[in-house]
Amino acid sequence: MRSPVKTISLAVASAFVVFGCGKEEPPPPPPKAEQPAQPPKPTVTVKIGHSSPLTGPQAHLGKDNENGARLAIEEANAKNMEIGGAKVKFDLLGEDDQADPKQGTTVAQKLIDAKVNGVVGHLNSGTTIPASRLYSDAGIPQISPSATNPKYTQQGFKTAYRVMANDEQQGKVLGGYATQQLAGKKIAIIDDRTAYGQGVADEFEKAAKSGGAAIVAREFTNDKATDFAAILTKVKSRKPDILMYGGMDAQAGPMAQQMKKLGVKAKMLMADGGCTTEFHKLAGDAAEGHYCSLPGVPLDKMPGGTAFKEKYAKRFNVDIQLYAPYAYDAANVMIDAMKRANSVEPARYLAELPKTAFGGVTARIAFDEKGDVKDGAITLYQAKGGKWETLETIGGAAPAAEAKPADAAAKPAEAPQAEARPADAKPAAPAAAAPAQPAEKK
Amino acid sequence: MDIFLQQIINGLVLGSIYALVALGYTMVYGIMGLINFAHGEVVMIGALTALTVIKLLASSGLPGTVVVLIGLLAAIPVCMALGFAIERVAYRPLRNAPRLAPLITAIGVSIVLQQLAMIFWGRNYHAFPPILPATAREIAGAQITDLQIAIVLIAALMMAGLMLLVNRTRLGRAMRATSENPQIAGLMGVNINVIISATFVIGSALAAVAGVMVSANYSIAHYHMGFILGLKAFTAAVLGGIGNLGGAMLGGLLLGLIESLGAGYIGDLTGGFLGSHYQDVFAFFVLILVLIFRPAGLMGEKVAERA
Repeated sequence: MRSPVKTISLAVASAFVVFGCGKEEPPPPPPKAEQPAQPPKPTVTVKIGHSSPLTGPQAHLGKDNENGARLAIEEANAKNMEIGGAKVKFDLLGEDDQADPKQGTTVAQKLIDAKVNGVVGHLNSGTTIPASRLYSDAGIPQISPSATNPKYTQQGFKTAYRVMANDEQQGKVLGGYATQQLAGKKIAIIDDRTAYGQGVADEFEKAAKSGGAAIVAREFTNDKATDFAAILTKVKSRKPDILMYGGMDAQAGPMAQQMKKLGVKAKMLMADGGCTTEFHKLAGDAAEGHYCSLPGVPLDKMPGGTAFKEKYAKRFNVDIQLYAPYAYDAANVMIDAMKRANSVEPARYLAELPKTAFGGVTARIAFDEKGDVKDGAITLYQAKGGKWETLETIGGAAPAAEAKPADAAAKPAEAPQAEARPADAKPAAPAAAAPAQPAEKK
Repeated sequence: MDIFLQQIINGLVLGSIYALVALGYTMVYGIMGLINFAHGEVVMIGALTALTVIKLLASSGLPGTVVVLIGLLAAIPVCMALGFAIERVAYRPLRNAPRLAPLITAIGVSIVLQQLAMIFWGRNYHAFPPILPATAREIAGAQITDLQIAIVLIAALMMAGLMLLVNRTRLGRAMRATSENPQIAGLMGVNINVIISATFVIGSALAAVAGVMVSANYSIAHYHMGFILGLKAFTAAVLGGIGNLGGAMLGGLLLGLIESLGAGYIGDLTGGFLGSHYQDVFAFFVLILVLIFRPAGLMGEKVAERA
């Protein structure tokens, strides 16, 4: 019984040795060579990996992302697409990374081992960045719906893309808004020490400082905390007029309430993580008057936003939390690249991703050379009567171009931000205006 | 000064909650020498059960305090039953097993309860309806709400009650006897099973109270809330001397104060070198120091006083 096992293990071992020494030889043919042999098969299953926190404090957002991607995949399947001469069936492998960087890489490896054709995810910057190295090494294209930390696309990975404006852009807009429109002089900053929260808070700090404001307190919490009394008390002692929080809604909501209880008078400013309906639910009437920014344009102003909202509610029986439209777009961008490449092979359709010009529900999606979405618009909102009310959209988005005349008055104040942004912001507006038209009809 | 006073108040409120949860850990440890890692989840179930009832009654026109009390009264029996069931299912069959086995089932129960709660209550955060007056009173420049005053007082009352129960009643005497030596207590006519069940049930009732306090104070409840709270309360129990009732209270209050003052002043004390994200580091550093000089915790010396 034992000898065959031994022989096999010996054979395996020697195979390793051969491969180990064989570096001089031409590398073994890449797996894509197998692909041409497949078309005779009637259907090809295309595995799309998805990763987000499905358990833990951010599970509500994680499920939301997965639902968005699932909707895109189900629609694609309903169309009975043919790619490369074979019928394709898309299969979503939804994994739980618990918003934990360690778990993020484990999940990434699991998806790579499952031989996924592409990955939509992860949700958090903290998981996306370490995972992106693994996907890059495996040559698997990755489109993150919501990781906004600039580092993600700055690592030089050809496989890393995202469909949302990054924190550099968002931090600048928020910083500019805080110092100019809100005339903030003394600013306090709290972040949750995640790659996302810290990243956006740092960018905000830079922009606010260059806008002439003084940073009077820089405090920290974590992405599982519910008690902020201690840091808010300290913030209160510095009497800021603006408090910026870099983090997610689950902390931002209770924080707003505790600010009210402790008598912190500052207006709160948040980036996309706090820009949810959940924030209102958790903060209650303490939400009133606070601000947030969200990359992209408001859902009801997105080219297909209203229709998407209805589809989503019908399919999943829940409301959109935050990033579902972006996850939906990310999956569709991936499928679109496969169609154009006429191949589901990562190496083939990866070459098509930079040429993307896809009319998604969030925006017209095109990528720059780093893999960031071009002309990412950023919209500012203020909490009024339990809802986020749109203030203005800054940057390449369409709806801003044809905004109400009231916006014209705000233009001079906006100028410094437009300057900070590359010159491409302006010409983009008319081009992007086209897809917005149908939305107006709806 | 008002800022310092405010930080003390913050610490006391946080510490009272920690202390109440820590009692559950310490009671079970005192009796069985077992760390019931599922205790944090019992707090969570208590909070979510109460919240469900409170949400149902929120629009009934009853005064807010009454609604919260009804919610609490609904949560207490649920948690008591849960505590009883946990002991019966996960610990009793393993009572004579090596100590590692019940530790593993404890973690298992904790995960199961969390996932069940996730299935039942969903992944979303639940907001506590704004039915309690949220306006703060000002005491010497510091803000404190009525709810926070109530939290500190109720926690103190529950602890005093528990002390009386353990030290002055028949049940308490049986508990102390079981804690000292279960076999001999059994030979003396103490029904060990009943005593151990009672310990779990009482601890779980305290957990229900703590759960309602946490969710009312932070206006938030979530299936994941028990994890961090349980970890902190466990730390508090160890700090005070696990197995010792007074120690749990002292440990809880101390941990709350250390966290609060640490977060508030560590940045200034170190000239900005360490920020408020070191508040947990600071708390655990104190724990390590205590354990180095008093390995049994602050009050964990007199074995006989264990409950």
